[in-house]
Amino acid sequence: MHPAFSVVFFTTATGAGYGLLALLGVLAGQGFIPPDFWLGLVGMGLALGLIAAGLLSSAGHLGRPERAWRAFSQWRSSWLSREGVASVATFIPAGLFGIGWVFFGRTDGWVAIAGVLSAVGAVVTVCTTGMIYASLKPIAQWHSRHTLPAYLIFSAMTGSVILNALLRGFGLGSTMLLASSLLLILLGWGWKLATWHYNDALEIPTNANTATGLAGGTVRSLEWPHTEENYLLKEMGFRIARKHSVRLRQITQVLAFALPVMLLVAAFALPWPFAAVVSALAAIAQFAGMLVERWLFFAEAKHTVTLYYGR
Amino acid sequence: MTCLPAHTDKKLGLVIDLDTCVGCQACVTACKEWNTGGHMAPLTDIDPYGGNVDGVWFNRVHSYEHTTEMGGRTVNFPRSCLHCETPACVTVCPTGASYKRASDGIVLIDEDKCIGCKLCSWACPYGAREFDTDVGVMKKCTLCVDRIYNDNLAEEDRVPACVAACPTSARHFGDLGDPLSAVSLLVAERGGVDLMPEMGYKPTNKYLPPRAHTTRAASVAAPALETVRAEGGFLDWVDRMLSN
Repeated sequence: MHPAFSVVFFTTATGAGYGLLALLGVLAGQGFIPPDFWLGLVGMGLALGLIAAGLLSSAGHLGRPERAWRAFSQWRSSWLSREGVASVATFIPAGLFGIGWVFFGRTDGWVAIAGVLSAVGAVVTVCTTGMIYASLKPIAQWHSRHTLPAYLIFSAMTGSVILNALLRGFGLGSTMLLASSLLLILLGWGWKLATWHYNDALEIPTNANTATGLAGGTVRSLEWPHTEENYLLKEMGFRIARKHSVRLRQITQVLAFALPVMLLVAAFALPWPFAAVVSALAAIAQFAGMLVERWLFFAEAKHTVTLYYGR
Repeated sequence: MTCLPAHTDKKLGLVIDLDTCVGCQACVTACKEWNTGGHMAPLTDIDPYGGNVDGVWFNRVHSYEHTTEMGGRTVNFPRSCLHCETPACVTVCPTGASYKRASDGIVLIDEDKCIGCKLCSWACPYGAREFDTDVGVMKKCTLCVDRIYNDNLAEEDRVPACVAACPTSARHFGDLGDPLSAVSLLVAERGGVDLMPEMGYKPTNKYLPPRAHTTRAASVAAPALETVRAEGGFLDWVDRMLSN
């Protein structure tokens, strides 16, 4: 599948933003994070900023973005529509939570309830994003049990690493959050390795024989219907990144998992300003690594239409 | 509404005979010619006379080499929308632009509602939908909905343009929901198949596999020419002597 940057950025940014929003909503509402004005402004600004930037980026993928409002109508059948509804609905409790924290200086009472509702909305939205891909049967690498948990794990992982950087920056470092972030990175790393292992060994029943209805023997593409690449090949027959997939998988593992683990371990040992710097570096490296991971998620996915072209 | 109808009164579709298709592309050009002025018009061409020609087509004919223990043969394979009974291209649509008609089962797009998210083309295993980059919306085969019910056409012309154009009658149009229709009987007689049945989309269109190879066919080759040169013996000696 063609890894359109608008969609790669959209899924990565909203994943991190919703992860951060869910953690802020629960942890601040339950009193683990103090209702500090600047922390609330930067934290909620970052979470909602990542979400809004991601959603705007996804609108850039549309052929007719001015009609995007229509996408809220088909929530009964379409995961994309459900995602649209869930993402917009989540802005309501998230907005109330942010206003309560930043302008009223409190994260208890109704603000805490808004925080929990924000977290619920964030989890539901990430689930709907994952299901857009997991529900597509023609793409076997997506239509698997690995896809939905991956979106949830990576959202929690990137959200917690960003939250850790944020709290360290305000001198509020929590050992528990640092340890949780480390565990989530290891979980994400393991899940990604397991997914790649599963995809590399994948055997699907669909082949050129079932695609053409020609039973038995071999079916070899002699001639395409057209001389140049068409929409189908540009959108679904993307092959450029596949030949670099080994190198790109290494880059993903270094940036998204290995480097953040080392930097967060260092943050354990270092005093305040240095711990904040390495925590921020971990968050930045991981975000870059997740962009590469998401690029590969698209580029390595093979659509059944490529069978008609002998690819 | 992108929820699917529980039942369609008819299941209009095509039956394509892979035995008689000669790959002439007449159906492809007839489709393009009709539909670029039809329901989903225009079928945009990008850089049509340049080096990177691209454009929207509803029907594309591939050629394959099918090799079995009985030998090999070339099979021409027209590929277009199969108007599936359970098309995921419809249910994934977030706007309600894609729909399946309860009256005849035809899968269509309301161009005025399409936002061009392309998700339907990802959900179709057959590559039946093509994005029009110029208009910014998705396009697909309409089963010539503007021909088959068109009172302005003579009755024999009320078939999809591809069916009307086929010079070898490799394309048939009819109601596949009626077990006694001509197309249903043809599918039963020739063992018509679904494409990618394992996907579970239940395509309406059926493909008739090429007929089996036969060893009983009459030889149409000319007899071998007789050898001019006598091989060995007295006549060969005479031949060589006279040739000197």
